[in-house]
Amino acid sequence: MSTTNGIIGQSVKRVEDKRFITGKGKYTDDIILHGQTYASFVRSPYAHASIVSVDIAAAKAMAGVLAIYTGKDVADINGVPCGWLVNFKDGSPMMEPKHPLMVADKARHTGDAVAMVIAETREQAIDAAEAVEVIYEELPVTVNAYEAIQPGAPLVHDVAPGNICFEWELGDSKEEVDAAIAASAHITTLEFVNQRLVPNAIEPRSYIGSYDAANEKYTLYTSTQNPHLIRLLMCAFVLGIPEHKVRVVGPDVGGAFGSKVYHYTEEALVTWASKKLNRPIKWTAERHESFLLDAHGRDHITKARIGFDKDQKITGLRVETIANLGAYLSTFSTCVPTYLYGTLLQGQYTTPVINVDVTAVFTNTTPVDAYRGAGRPEATYVLERLMDLAAHEMGIDPAALRFKNFIPPFDGVNQAGYLTRVALQYDSGNYHGTLSKGLEMLGYTQFREEQQKSSQNGKLLGVGFSTYIEACGLAPSSIAGALGARAGLYEVGQVRVQPTGKVSVFTGSHSHGQGHETSFAQIVADKLGIEMQDVEIIHGDSDSVAFGMGTYGSRSLAVGGSAIVKCIDKIVEKGKKIAAHKMEASEGDIDFANGKFTVKGTDKSLSFGDIALTAYIPHVYPKDLEPGLDFSSFYDPTNFTYPFGCHIAVGEVDRETGEVALKRFIAVDDVGNIVNPMIVEGQIHGGVAQGIGQALYEGAEYDANGQLTNGSYMDYCIPRADDLPMFETATQVTPCPHNPLGVKGAGEAGAIGSTPAVVNAVIDALWSGGYNVKDIRMPLTSERVWNAMQLGSAT
Amino acid sequence: MQIHVKVNEVDYVHEVEPRLLLVHYLRDVLRLTGTHIGCETSVCGACTVHINKKAAKSCTLLAVQADGCEITTIEGLASNGDLHPLQESFRENHGLQCGFCTPGIIMTAADFIQQIPDPSEEDIRHAIKGNLCRCTGYHNIITSIKQAATKMKEEVTV
Repeated sequence: MSTTNGIIGQSVKRVEDKRFITGKGKYTDDIILHGQTYASFVRSPYAHASIVSVDIAAAKAMAGVLAIYTGKDVADINGVPCGWLVNFKDGSPMMEPKHPLMVADKARHTGDAVAMVIAETREQAIDAAEAVEVIYEELPVTVNAYEAIQPGAPLVHDVAPGNICFEWELGDSKEEVDAAIAASAHITTLEFVNQRLVPNAIEPRSYIGSYDAANEKYTLYTSTQNPHLIRLLMCAFVLGIPEHKVRVVGPDVGGAFGSKVYHYTEEALVTWASKKLNRPIKWTAERHESFLLDAHGRDHITKARIGFDKDQKITGLRVETIANLGAYLSTFSTCVPTYLYGTLLQGQYTTPVINVDVTAVFTNTTPVDAYRGAGRPEATYVLERLMDLAAHEMGIDPAALRFKNFIPPFDGVNQAGYLTRVALQYDSGNYHGTLSKGLEMLGYTQFREEQQKSSQNGKLLGVGFSTYIEACGLAPSSIAGALGARAGLYEVGQVRVQPTGKVSVFTGSHSHGQGHETSFAQIVADKLGIEMQDVEIIHGDSDSVAFGMGTYGSRSLAVGGSAIVKCIDKIVEKGKKIAAHKMEASEGDIDFANGKFTVKGTDKSLSFGDIALTAYIPHVYPKDLEPGLDFSSFYDPTNFTYPFGCHIAVGEVDRETGEVALKRFIAVDDVGNIVNPMIVEGQIHGGVAQGIGQALYEGAEYDANGQLTNGSYMDYCIPRADDLPMFETATQVTPCPHNPLGVKGAGEAGAIGSTPAVVNAVIDALWSGGYNVKDIRMPLTSERVWNAMQLGSAT
Repeated sequence: MQIHVKVNEVDYVHEVEPRLLLVHYLRDVLRLTGTHIGCETSVCGACTVHINKKAAKSCTLLAVQADGCEITTIEGLASNGDLHPLQESFRENHGLQCGFCTPGIIMTAADFIQQIPDPSEEDIRHAIKGNLCRCTGYHNIITSIKQAATKMKEEVTV
């Protein structure tokens, strides 16, 4: 590898910002194609209903209407696929009912599409959709996952008896874990709900399908996190159209958080219909559609039990979860409550035996899939709520309990990676380090003194801890494949050195706020010893970028960035051959550093630009070498990465009203090596805000009829500026030992660590006031906190 | 109906449907797509523009209501090629990530700083609570607005 010129590690200001701050960003809805038409959908107002008839006659006669398609018109087309197979405990495959593009016979959640209306203008399409007459026959509804698996519950799909998609188990045997816990000096149990969340990217999903009849080629513009994956799924699994005749473009995307990973039905529909009409078709979700249709997150009901010996060392952990998957299987829905959840229940602790049992359930609700953190926040919530509760019950300090149970530091080089009881091998970690730093930032000793004083004046002060670990950098394809993934999880990079030495980089990663155009350019400029302005990052277009798996699971830098480094290695290697020939030296005598190829021990050197020019004008050139300087690489990681850290919340509860005020939030994260500290800090801030949102403000609420009762910004509270404090952040660096950048990923850490810290802080505040409280259901509204206080009657 | 508007210092006369929203007029007719639509209900603030120098949400105004008005959108905030101090400070302080809410927040803040030139953190949080951001947790937005306000005040003093 070449030596670096030090741009890696600097808080370089973002390259992409100029277009965003001047209003020149280009999001899908900003694109207006020549002859563009507009789609609007007729959607079921019922959560479960037979469709008796659909009458389109009146709508079709309305001004501007070009076509109306119903569920019957697409009945012969495949549904959108699920990308991850999870088996039952006996090895039989999960229940996988069709997720149709539109429904012909039965609607299974509110918002299920019954018909698509296409008109000349947006307003005409909306008006005509309202004029489509659908007669429904309401069916009994099942909403709650626990109730859905009780005998006699209404069935969502005939093919899934008992509404069960799969029953899955991981870890040690139940008998072994039960025996270990039974023999413990102390047992802590907790039953709780990890509530359903709505991702709420501020940019609604938007698609334009377009067909070029002369070239028989489709183009889909889509607000997606992974354009190539959408192309693959849509072409090969849904529409059966040739992949090389489809271009998928993911332009600027206005936030995603997982919700724009999946292949949605509307993507396939606008593409399919664009050929029928021979006109471009745009569909942009209205916010109420985002609430009803963007895949939701979380929604677990969990029972957990943890044992401790007389020295407060963990003896065993047993977790049982019912996971609500909604009405259909979204693209990655099945791996979230299994391989992204159960595998993380080791946490940062030396727990000797672990068993996790998950029942995944269909209900008449919006499909659930990965939302920032995806499975890992749920696992962290289980462990970190248990740890603070256990410490309280045993009368010991929650930080001390953690120190006692941490896995000792290991760097993955001199000390082996840590093999967990739940199928993973952690790469490197120093959990003592992040908690120690967090306690120092908090001023723990002073805090406990302050807490005592505070309880005397009507306000209850509490502190909550969360020491989390996550598995990121998804993923080694062979491991993912063995676990049921139906795709590879490598990433693709291409570095094209232009004849003048300027560099175009093509990446399969997709940036939708993460700043790849900056941090990836930093890597290239650093490694090649050139200016950042001489590097351009190109992403999001399947016609420009060879292939890609996209951005999710905090994978872009660890996997996509590593693919770029692999390309640079190849460029430097070829550059050395060219340099050796030109300077009449042997290849082994050429060094490359700071943008210069030098003959060792001499003052002879050639610049990177000289070599680039020679590669494209190969007059004096090695005989056996091809011209050009352009390499691609498919990087498949050998392991996941394991970022970790410690989050600490300080909360204050009003004794009279139960109102919670978050006073401080401290995040110490170890995401391995850092390319751009400013961007990493920003990622942590955003994740923390979403995690606090779950703890204090957010939660999708369905009524018994399956109506989402808070499906608007007026009813569903995502944190506003005056709901949050300034965050106190710090980083520790324990490099990842198995990728060339030593990076672990920072996108999800904030959302994974923060939620239990906040809930723990509120409960600690109540404990400090003498209230006997074990759990409060999130979000911790003042009503819920006040009720918990009444039930836990102050002493 | 016919409307006369001045947008970013340019005069326009257009025939528009009475039901056309101002934000659709700006985006679809004038092709000023820096003003975004996040909720169509005046809650998220992505559509904030200035109407007669006051911040307003353009998704719940009709284009015809803007007849005779002077409108500034994010595209018109820079003057003579110089970025507005807010635009500079958002970049300087990483006050944006995906950029979708950014134009609306900058437009809200630009109006607010005119009214309260030396805002506290609390003032800023209160002022922008009608603009939702899902990416940043607001931390760096607060810092950006504070820095721009300080800079603008210094410029006035000088």
